[in-house]
Amino acid sequence: MATTRILEWLGRFYIVLLLSFLYLPIVIMAAMSFNASPFYQLPFEWTTDWYSSLWQNDQLIVATWNSIEIAVITTIISTMLGSMASLALYRYEFRGKRFLQALLFPPIAIPWLITGTAMLIFFFGVGIGRGLVAILLGHVALALPYVIVVVSARLQTFAPELEEAARSLGANQWQVTMRVTLPWIMPGVIAGGLFAFAVSFDQFVVSYFLSTPGQTTLPVEIYAAIRKGFTPEINAVSTIIIVVSMALMLLTARFFKFGGEK
Amino acid sequence: MAGVQVANVSRSFGAHKALDDVSIDFADGGFYALLGPSGSGKTTLLRQIAGFDFPDAGRIAIGGESVERVPVEKRCIGMVFQNYALFPNMSVADNVAFGLSVRGEPKAAIAAEVQRALDLVQLGKLGGRRPHQLSGGQRQRVALARAIVTKPRVLLLDEPLGALDKALRVDMQIELKRIQREIGITTIFVTHDQEEALTMSDRIGILRDGRLVQEGPPEEIYDRPQSEFAATFLGDANIFRGDATGNGIMLQDGTTINAASGASVPAGAKASCAVRPERIQISTGAAKPGSADANTLKGQVSKRIFAGNSSTYFVDRDGQTLKVIVQNTGAERLVEGQDVVLRWSPDSTVLIGV
Repeated sequence: MATTRILEWLGRFYIVLLLSFLYLPIVIMAAMSFNASPFYQLPFEWTTDWYSSLWQNDQLIVATWNSIEIAVITTIISTMLGSMASLALYRYEFRGKRFLQALLFPPIAIPWLITGTAMLIFFFGVGIGRGLVAILLGHVALALPYVIVVVSARLQTFAPELEEAARSLGANQWQVTMRVTLPWIMPGVIAGGLFAFAVSFDQFVVSYFLSTPGQTTLPVEIYAAIRKGFTPEINAVSTIIIVVSMALMLLTARFFKFGGEK
Repeated sequence: MAGVQVANVSRSFGAHKALDDVSIDFADGGFYALLGPSGSGKTTLLRQIAGFDFPDAGRIAIGGESVERVPVEKRCIGMVFQNYALFPNMSVADNVAFGLSVRGEPKAAIAAEVQRALDLVQLGKLGGRRPHQLSGGQRQRVALARAIVTKPRVLLLDEPLGALDKALRVDMQIELKRIQREIGITTIFVTHDQEEALTMSDRIGILRDGRLVQEGPPEEIYDRPQSEFAATFLGDANIFRGDATGNGIMLQDGTTINAASGASVPAGAKASCAVRPERIQISTGAAKPGSADANTLKGQVSKRIFAGNSSTYFVDRDGQTLKVIVQNTGAERLVEGQDVVLRWSPDSTVLIGV
């Protein structure tokens, strides 16, 4: 039928439109990182100058390493603490448990601007001040609720008899957790870890409040650089980050089929 | 291997008394069924013996050693769960190996033990499969192999056949019994299926509302129930209520029913008599007179259910409906509405104190 064909083409057009909307800015940015003109002038003239000058930009490189370090440490700490908290909430009944679980959600909803201000005031009050330690603490606090929510969701599908069966076979609490419970919730733990990494690595607002000129993360540094005057080096560093993080995501998706786990 | 003693065990959850002063002695090597309706406390009792939960009062001993405060992982028990609880992330062989592996036994020894256990449950070739690739009956066998491979002192089964269909259940009953005999392990088996309890166990404990109602061999409980509940929960029974006469009861209309066995109830006190439906002879009246002290009642057939090898007659008599089961011997079948005489021996009648 003619109408179905038209609908089919409309559907395809819609998909193309959607993907362009998502990826066109990124593609243009990546293209411009290889364009000789610093003012986005065409015709396109191939160069890798921006990448080599990026290599000379110590500030940007330091900030990049800071971001990676903080994101990795945030991921490790918040995934461990969050998974442990989820297990505790799953296993034990105690007073105020519901209240505690309800308290997990507001931090996700509270604007980061407000969280950032609150953290700045608090860290000054307790003497931590600003800097990388403050940023790390802030990121862990921001990432924790995401990990707990994701791991808890996975735990909902866990059959409690499995832990009982393991115990009846002589396994102690540690063996039960490591050999029975953890393998089951692993997809949730990995997903929670990815969330934590993304929350930390993408974090601008809270990092901005908590950084000092010498101790800052990449998003804050990029923002500062743009304010001083835009250079295509920013395009270059952004392109590298996008390629690396997409590769990471694809790898993870390949090894852990989320949702498809039996 | 060892016997299990449960002495005066009580356990409450809030205001609910899940177990109320329960004492049972499970002898070494026996096959016991804990039978009761849901909420009777049978699973709670099994979990106390396993060590998942501790009693508020009382003593539990395995092999003479007090364990009521010992957690499950140190009790050396084997348990089979209703839904099998196989570890989904492990192969069949790894599931069975789990109990040996957490003890840190050498790999070669574990592999040999696992193979022996899988052979015992006739799954020797399926060690490499994953639990989700197995049928219900096969999973059941894996759960059993996993529970016995550690050579536990006692095997606990929580409605292990409940999730299987009827034909498979009968197969597994026979299989379970064979394996239990072969390794001679003390086995405690929770069920709400009276037929399963009757056919499989050496002894049955009937629980109700957290209390042990009666305990003994299946034949004894079936033939000499000590309460109306025991009589009606394990099998079918016709219950008559009246005043004790010394060797039976007198019903309200003056009819006497003689009982040759059961409790001794002082004359005049309230008492009941129980008789099994298959012990009653039903006839059209003119038939042969029985012995002098036989119990006889007149009634009218209100309903007949034909079940092939037997027929069940429901007979109305003075506001009460009695159940009579007659084997299909080829004799003339009675029709609904027919007047009949019921006759049974005092030997088939049990006196129960109220």
